[in-house]
Amino acid sequence: MKGKHDKFKSPTRRQVIGGIGMGTATALLGMPLVARAQSEPIRIGFPTPLTGPFGAEARDQVKSAELAVKQFNDAGGLGGRKAELLVRDDKLNAGEAATRTLELIEKDKVHAVVGALSSAVQLAVNQVTRARSTLYISISQSDTINEVKDWSRYTFHEALNPHMTTAAVAKHTFKKGMKIAYLAADYAYGHEMLRGFKRAQAAIGAASVGEILHPLGAPDYSTFLPRISAMKPDILCICNFGRDQANSIKQAVEFGMKQQMKIVVPVLLHNQRLAVGPEVFEGVVGGANYYWGLEETIPSAKAFNNAFRAANNGAIPTDYGAYGYTGVKSLLQAITAAGGTETDKVVAALEGLKYDVAKGPQSYRKCDHQSIQSVLVLESKKKADMKSDVDLFRVVATEQSGEAMLRTCAELGFPA
Amino acid sequence: MTIQPIDSTSSAKRPRLAIDGLMRTASAWRMPLTVLVLCTLPWVLPSKALAVNVLIYGTFAVGYNLLFGYTGLLSFGHAAFFGGGAYLTGMSIVHFGFAWYTALSTGILGALLLSLVMGVLSIRTRGIYFSMVTLALAQLAYYTALQASSWTGGENGLRGFTVSKIDVLSLQIDFLNPLHKYYVVLLFTALALWLVSRVLKSSFGAVIEAIRENEVRARACGYNVERTKLLSFVLSGGICGLAGGLSALHLAIVPLDTLHYHTSGLVVMMTLLGGMGSFFGPFVGALAFLVMEDVLSLWTSHWQLFVGAIFILFVLFLPKGIWGTIMGLGDR
Amino acid sequence: MDLQLIAMQLLSGAVLGAVLVMTALGFTIIFGMLGVVNFAHGALFMVGAYAGVAVAMQTGSFWWALLVAPIAVGAIGLLIERLLIRPLYSRPPDDPILLTFGLGYVLVEGVRIVFGNDGIPFSTPSALVGVVNLGIGYFPIYRLFVIGVVAFILLLLWLGLEKTRFGLIVRAGARDPQIMRVLGVDMRRLWFLVFGLGIGLTALGGVLAAPMRNVSPEMGTIVLAEAFVVTVIGGLGSIAGAVVAGILVGLVVSMTSLFAPEMATISMFALMALVLLIRPQGLFGRAGV
Repeated sequence: MKGKHDKFKSPTRRQVIGGIGMGTATALLGMPLVARAQSEPIRIGFPTPLTGPFGAEARDQVKSAELAVKQFNDAGGLGGRKAELLVRDDKLNAGEAATRTLELIEKDKVHAVVGALSSAVQLAVNQVTRARSTLYISISQSDTINEVKDWSRYTFHEALNPHMTTAAVAKHTFKKGMKIAYLAADYAYGHEMLRGFKRAQAAIGAASVGEILHPLGAPDYSTFLPRISAMKPDILCICNFGRDQANSIKQAVEFGMKQQMKIVVPVLLHNQRLAVGPEVFEGVVGGANYYWGLEETIPSAKAFNNAFRAANNGAIPTDYGAYGYTGVKSLLQAITAAGGTETDKVVAALEGLKYDVAKGPQSYRKCDHQSIQSVLVLESKKKADMKSDVDLFRVVATEQSGEAMLRTCAELGFPA
Repeated sequence: MTIQPIDSTSSAKRPRLAIDGLMRTASAWRMPLTVLVLCTLPWVLPSKALAVNVLIYGTFAVGYNLLFGYTGLLSFGHAAFFGGGAYLTGMSIVHFGFAWYTALSTGILGALLLSLVMGVLSIRTRGIYFSMVTLALAQLAYYTALQASSWTGGENGLRGFTVSKIDVLSLQIDFLNPLHKYYVVLLFTALALWLVSRVLKSSFGAVIEAIRENEVRARACGYNVERTKLLSFVLSGGICGLAGGLSALHLAIVPLDTLHYHTSGLVVMMTLLGGMGSFFGPFVGALAFLVMEDVLSLWTSHWQLFVGAIFILFVLFLPKGIWGTIMGLGDR
Repeated sequence: MDLQLIAMQLLSGAVLGAVLVMTALGFTIIFGMLGVVNFAHGALFMVGAYAGVAVAMQTGSFWWALLVAPIAVGAIGLLIERLLIRPLYSRPPDDPILLTFGLGYVLVEGVRIVFGNDGIPFSTPSALVGVVNLGIGYFPIYRLFVIGVVAFILLLLWLGLEKTRFGLIVRAGARDPQIMRVLGVDMRRLWFLVFGLGIGLTALGGVLAAPMRNVSPEMGTIVLAEAFVVTVIGGLGSIAGAVVAGILVGLVVSMTSLFAPEMATISMFALMALVLLIRPQGLFGRAGV
């Protein structure tokens, strides 16, 4: 865990930071001229929560994004025009993220923004970029961003959404006639995961035996668990995220629930599993956008892992970290296809883009700009079965998500 | 504002009379001087978005200080007024389609009402209990906003009210232009500063300071202590509500964090950093805090270590804050 | 709703109450004796948990962690009192609040630098793993152990405060430091020791919580809120009050969890607001503190 910290201070980030100071001075002197547009670097703003509980994920995102930029520049950029990543700490705070995004657009004159980890931050960045017709590749898991109310012509959602992850996880865990209980965090993301699971449950023909909403950020779940026990379910779906997930699973295990039922979550996080330990997570099944073990079957994953290892002293990329790579990479591919950074052309290029950079084929759906991609279903390994420190999960399935795993465009409120 | 300290410190060794004269002149012209300094901020600070935040949090801190510094009541619940103002401003646009000025007025009015209710409930407690009651009530406001997600957007925050054009006296202003936005917000900040300074100069201002110094004596002098405290509480809440409303217009979102007790803690920190005993102190504190955070967080993801340490050093060695200490140099 | 479930719910509420008492004890003692509202309480709780992790990793034993970590963090507490809190005794009562607020930031960030942002695994000691059938349902052995520890600590505190000369001085000092000083008692030394004791207990709470809650730099944030609620309801500085309030809050949260689970946290604050409005000094507090 210490090692990760030391590596964080990579020269690239330092340089970026140093450059910002210089940038301030030049920005004061005058507005950049339109004529310079051909030779100036492609600037990509990258807000991510370096401070706070998801700092490790954020640092992985930065490393992955830097790798994508480096590969682009090493390959000659866009006819010699290099890309540049401007990393900003959004502190996992929507207000801070909005301010930082305003800075990136108004002062740093970025051509596009990629980033955000939490749903609230993502929606805040989206508001700012939408009003200013700025490209935004969002990499936080959320259903809300797909819906017509928050839709922006300039926003593309590279990350999975809870509807996709729950559908994939349910498909490989729920069976007809099974009894399912739900423990969900009482906020938008929790409700989205709950809705996704219940929809899959109804389609599969399993039965819900009850759902309990818990307050967001609850530290103790002991008072919810007796009721769940009394429901006698076959499967307990825990629909929360990060620290809430760690606490609730830890306490469910403490109460001996894993002997009575299987625990299933929409998203398993590599770093969270490391932070809580193998005993607690053993046998828990959940979804993911990326796992390094994918390299056994998917060539692009192998290439990504190897490049990442080479750049980061042998470390492997993690799930949310990989979003930094796929997000930036898809943007740069679209810019290449569009032959420049003119927003409308890049939007058109993104809409038509087919890319396979780390996890098999991906493309953006036209109506909601959701990236159609594979969902991994993972099971947390027993300590005895782990071959190395990073051998955390068994890949249960790689679910190819087509239109079938998404809500339809009409359902999201888009005109047919 | 930054002109004054530089003059007074560099001339600290000159005869006292010169300093006094300078201070007196500066003091007499303090409102115009302040506005002049504030006009230059967007060019001095790292970014214009940050400059707008300085105005907003400066207003917030000055409003807070009316209660904390001048009335002597340490509230841990002012996030409720800042957040309340922000939410009501945003919600009036999202749900009722109000124009920006009606929305902002609704936000201020709502904050006034909310502070009246919270004031009535909390003002009769004293000392640490007052801090606790305000904290508890503000937490209730936070959880209410979290639960009422169809109105507030819940944890995702309130969205969908970007104000891109505003009319001021039949003048169309592009509110997406950071400079235009800055000067519109400055207008309200100047108004709020002027209002607070008028209040403090009035007899009411003298009474609240008398209460802070000695409540028993103030009561013996025949002042209605409870009502005065309540009025100060409500005024403070209203100014903070204005700051919140401006923040909603600035960011085009209202994050749920706005109502979190960290926001209350933030304004206490800013006020203390700048100096609670003075009128401009809190504003200077907000400026210093935001700039420090902005610069430090570009250098290191461990910026909170430095913020915390600086705060500890201020409590221990500079309890009068930045501005209070600078003014103290002049008085010596 | 069958009776068995309600009985189980009451039990888990009472046990949660014991956990809450444990998280609030250090906070209550420091406020009661010194009048210092320790805003770094949550951070020190978290430091306690991490100290427990560090000791357990070195020695491989939970029991050493339970013993050594509170003493080590208590020593840090003594240092904090000496260097940071003592200079503020002659200052307005707000100053320690503000200082500990800043201290909380420093401690959280310090732990992030040393141990990383992510959190760190901490297993239940193997002797206490598993559940036990209590007739109305299964309950974790570890939680029952925590109740035992809390009861033991409370007994020690009670004996120490009520039956020893030191306890007598502490109680008298809390009532009227002025008189004690006139009588020739060195109050500074007393406050020094009590602060260390309070921080030690806070750290003990952290170690005890580690097998139940995720050990991470942010784990203290909610603990500070919990300690606030328990202490305010019980009456600032009253140990008996904290015990009654802790169990009361546990029961209220538990019953809310049964009927309106999403309101579980809000019920805690609502109860606190209610008590403050009806009886501002808390259930067991002396009026006019």
